[in-house]
Amino acid sequence: MFRNQYDTDVTTWSPAGRLFQVEYAMEAVKQGSAAIGLRSKTHIVLGCVNKANSELSSHQKKIFKVDDHIGVAIAGLTADGRVLSRYMRNECINYSFTYESPLPVGRLVVQLADKAQVCTQRSWKRPYGVGLLVAGLDESGAHLYYNCPSGNYFEYQAFAIGSRSQAAKTYLERRFENFADSSRDDLVKDALMAIRETLQGETLKSSICTVAVVGVGEPFHILDLETVQQMIDAFEIVGEQEGPAAEPDAAAAADQGGSTEEGVAPMDI
Amino acid sequence: MNFTVSKQPENCLLGPESDSQRTLYPYVTGTSVVALKYKDGILMAADMGGSYGSTLRYKNVERMKPIGKHSLLGASGEISDFQEILRYLDDLILYDNMWDDGNSLGPKEVHNYLTRVMYNRRNKFNPLWNSLVLGGVKKGEKYLGTVSMIGVNFEDNHVATGFGNHLARPILRQDWHENLSFEDGVKLLEKCMRVLLYRDRSAINKLQIAKITEEGVTISQPYSLKTYWEFSAFANPAQGAVGTW
Repeated sequence: MFRNQYDTDVTTWSPAGRLFQVEYAMEAVKQGSAAIGLRSKTHIVLGCVNKANSELSSHQKKIFKVDDHIGVAIAGLTADGRVLSRYMRNECINYSFTYESPLPVGRLVVQLADKAQVCTQRSWKRPYGVGLLVAGLDESGAHLYYNCPSGNYFEYQAFAIGSRSQAAKTYLERRFENFADSSRDDLVKDALMAIRETLQGETLKSSICTVAVVGVGEPFHILDLETVQQMIDAFEIVGEQEGPAAEPDAAAAADQGGSTEEGVAPMDI
Repeated sequence: MNFTVSKQPENCLLGPESDSQRTLYPYVTGTSVVALKYKDGILMAADMGGSYGSTLRYKNVERMKPIGKHSLLGASGEISDFQEILRYLDDLILYDNMWDDGNSLGPKEVHNYLTRVMYNRRNKFNPLWNSLVLGGVKKGEKYLGTVSMIGVNFEDNHVATGFGNHLARPILRQDWHENLSFEDGVKLLEKCMRVLLYRDRSAINKLQIAKITEEGVTISQPYSLKTYWEFSAFANPAQGAVGTW
């Protein structure tokens, strides 16, 4: 993307019908470190790569619990992500207090999308620079949504966002048809495999990734380091034997909904 | 030193001018509502009377209404406040339906919403002068709860408002059991309503029984209960105490 005379503020259209500031905000998501999500009928797993700035510092928190039945993984400007997580937690808690019932994730996602849209239509605001993978349960089962800075949201069986997410998406595209009936543990294994794809050869260990699970009868929680390392060890050995080419369940077709391509991109419509 | 009282804003509910802006006493009231859980859902009964003080003025008041797909609301107390509550719930259900997303508010959610409304009004010294009974079935789960005008709320297998608490609940405590059939449930409710008819001065002999199951709500046509006034104890009431009535 190159600088042009239509990209100064968010309320200026380009002659081609694009809002460049919104597209630049989506670039910020692509530059952030990877986050992935996948779901079965009853569980959703979120995972992300957590690289600390230096050995001295701790890594940034990219997965947030929003309520017992909803969690979110972010990529992009983590400060924006933190603020939006606080908004989501507030909405959930208010709904729970009034109705003694969990807020359906589908409704929370729409409220989040409407909030993002406002920032694309006010001259004194800027779009949120963060993409959110929202995992949650409601009456109709397990759901995974992607909210982007443009104010659009899509539902996914599996998705990946952030830098080098294309590698994870390719992995997920090949196997997503089996996810619906996967067991919880297989789902976590697939999540770890997908995270590994984004590391491009670097060793996967629990200190550089975070995994969280939510499901029917299982409140949202982040898995602790030992559990994650055990799962990595369990399949890493199997992974070497399997080899990169032999995938036991080959599947065709792409994700449902639009997938954001890296490079020059018209915004998600 | 300044001894004058500072002027309160007019929308404040304390102070001398405030009485015209808040509920002080009820005017047209409904009497007891009785409800119980049975095999397929909830049964609720209420008479159709609207009393104006001690006058039994209105005799065609429907005090039970369906709410959304899954709930049934019965009310005693001020009828105009009940109508106001129905308007709030109408808005609530409308916005819930507008999401059009497969999720819907069940009886538990409606009950809790009403509890919040009643309690918040009570805190502002401007109550909705009602005792509400909220029953419903959603995904096979039966729910029956009550909220009072001061925000006291709870769930139980059988509930009642007003005089029903004193006259009907003891009968229900003795005769209610799990998985009542529809016929047994109706008989039990009629037993309670008959006692209320005999003993509650504001009860009238024209009642409706409402049923809510997974399929939906049915409210019966109004009908009356058979009463018997020939009990020997009533034959000569002044016998033992001259001058009594």
